[in-house]
Amino acid sequence: MSSNSSRRNFIRKTAALTGGAFAASGSARPAPLAVPPSNQEAGRIIEETAYGMPSKFEAHVKRRRTDVFKNRQNLSDWSMTPLQHQPGIITPNGLIFERHHAGTPDIDPRTHKLVIHGLVKQPLEFSMDDLTRYPSVSRFHFHECSGNGLTDWLKPASMTVQQTHGLLSGVLWTGVPASTLLEEAGIDPRGKWALLEGADASAHTRSVPMEKMLDDTIIAYAMNGEALRPENGYPVRAVLPGWEGNISVKWLRRIKVGEQPWHFRSETARYTDPMPEGKWRQFSMVMECKSVITNPSGGMALKRPGFYEITGLAWSGAGKVRAVDVSVDGGRNWREAKLEEPIMDKCLTRFKVGWNWDGKPAVLMSRALDSTGYVQPSVQEIQKKRAIVGFVQHHNAIQPWAVNANGEVRNVIGQA
Amino acid sequence: MSSARLKVLWLVGVSIALAACAGIDGSGGMTTKSSTGIPLGATGPHPVQPLADKPRFGKPISEADVAAWNIDIRTPDGAGLPPGRGSVAQGREVYAQRCAACHGADAKGGPVYGTMVGGIGSMNSSPRVLTPGSMYPYAPILFDYIRRSMPMDRPQTMTNEEVYAVSAYLLNLNGLVPADAVLDAQSLPKVQMPNRNAFLIDDRPDTQATRCMTNCK
Repeated sequence: MSSNSSRRNFIRKTAALTGGAFAASGSARPAPLAVPPSNQEAGRIIEETAYGMPSKFEAHVKRRRTDVFKNRQNLSDWSMTPLQHQPGIITPNGLIFERHHAGTPDIDPRTHKLVIHGLVKQPLEFSMDDLTRYPSVSRFHFHECSGNGLTDWLKPASMTVQQTHGLLSGVLWTGVPASTLLEEAGIDPRGKWALLEGADASAHTRSVPMEKMLDDTIIAYAMNGEALRPENGYPVRAVLPGWEGNISVKWLRRIKVGEQPWHFRSETARYTDPMPEGKWRQFSMVMECKSVITNPSGGMALKRPGFYEITGLAWSGAGKVRAVDVSVDGGRNWREAKLEEPIMDKCLTRFKVGWNWDGKPAVLMSRALDSTGYVQPSVQEIQKKRAIVGFVQHHNAIQPWAVNANGEVRNVIGQA
Repeated sequence: MSSARLKVLWLVGVSIALAACAGIDGSGGMTTKSSTGIPLGATGPHPVQPLADKPRFGKPISEADVAAWNIDIRTPDGAGLPPGRGSVAQGREVYAQRCAACHGADAKGGPVYGTMVGGIGSMNSSPRVLTPGSMYPYAPILFDYIRRSMPMDRPQTMTNEEVYAVSAYLLNLNGLVPADAVLDAQSLPKVQMPNRNAFLIDDRPDTQATRCMTNCK
């Protein structure tokens, strides 16, 4: 009895030290420790200049395209963030999800221009040198594609959390408030909407209410402490915190002020939500409160009964995460998880709760609440209101992961 | 929810319809709706600080200087459609040269993309068949999208006449204009699209999940 509890303590400490729920915790007595070669050989030198890369042992941590189906071209395509390998709330730049409509352009910042025109007192042109001279802001926000989860509604199609939820990243954005530039151009009182347009081969375009532009929209040129990556909009993009990722137009070249929305293809035929009676919901911008357990999650295996830290991410486009509840019995009973500071507005928030797995089948779920009082729904609750047909957008339902008696974890969306 | 309660986004008077939604928030929460009716989410957590002295680095430019970039069409009324015209017959030729390799003969689907024809009347079935004919609420969306994004290998290289012509051809294949149609800035916005009145303004939050903690199901 006492040796059992001391072993549990050891497992707990090991998990805490490594920061992961699945650190190997051997049941056999550890062998005597030898001095490793890294103690007895000099390491690599510091290069005169270099851009650091992850350990070669982390080569499996990569973005992936969907493996639920095969896109027949990879220009209008997407790749997903390996959330199961991400501790904390910030996604490294090389792992931030991608969604483009005609590939990634390589744009020279020395020639790139951003224009503001339309219903303004004075149309203006900005170079990148101009934009980076303005007083800047840096803000942490989640970034999520409206199509995150689109393959997994009523039955599971994806295996891992990378495939179910990986159109999601956490980013520290740096740039100029859009209000600074718009006010300099002088907004005509009739100007209630703004068009954002990209300099890529899709010339991707969306209509944005002026209030959002003036509220918290950032004209961003940096992410996580360095220039934007090409696939994330280099040299400059829009960032509309809390709203569907598609509207944060990358490779931003033009802002046009107008009286009404333009009703582009990307806000009528796409990025709209099928509703009952053949209808479509339009301009559904806010990404509603959502959470997902990232560890343990689909495709993992619990090696043996005992302590595991259940952890995951929660976020809300409507404000801050107020609480996250976790169930290990398929949603019958719940307990509140610990939220890890910082808890920021429209930002990924990390939750954690300890769990002693008894070796029996279990179904793990998380359910987030935000500062508006909104409670993350189940798929069944969403299905009461919306038509789930085709590539449905704005999926914020509770994600269940089933653990079988062998410890194997699998996606059971729609089944639990 | 009955269809009568659903707010339909109309072609004309869109801002009036949107304004009718303003301030209505069934959740009782803090979600803010804008004067346009589009929910904004939380607002004002990061108020923009007034600057002591506002730098002004923008360089004045004229609308004429922006002309080559100024390609957006306000699709409900076609504002921004350029001069020029194109016929269904011309569009068939342009389509064969520029589009068919990906979209297939007669726009019925090809090696890369599925059909762009049909689906009208499929919105109450599952799956809904989404094509420009069945899905687009306004015909000028075709012009705007083709001109800015197509063909994928060489976008923004077609003439306005070619774009009008391909638009006409696709509308004809969908049975929405006759075979002798010639479309221009005046006639394209008048093409009646079947899905025009199918769009509703965001009315979320639409779910009413509660925070049950024990014996929940």
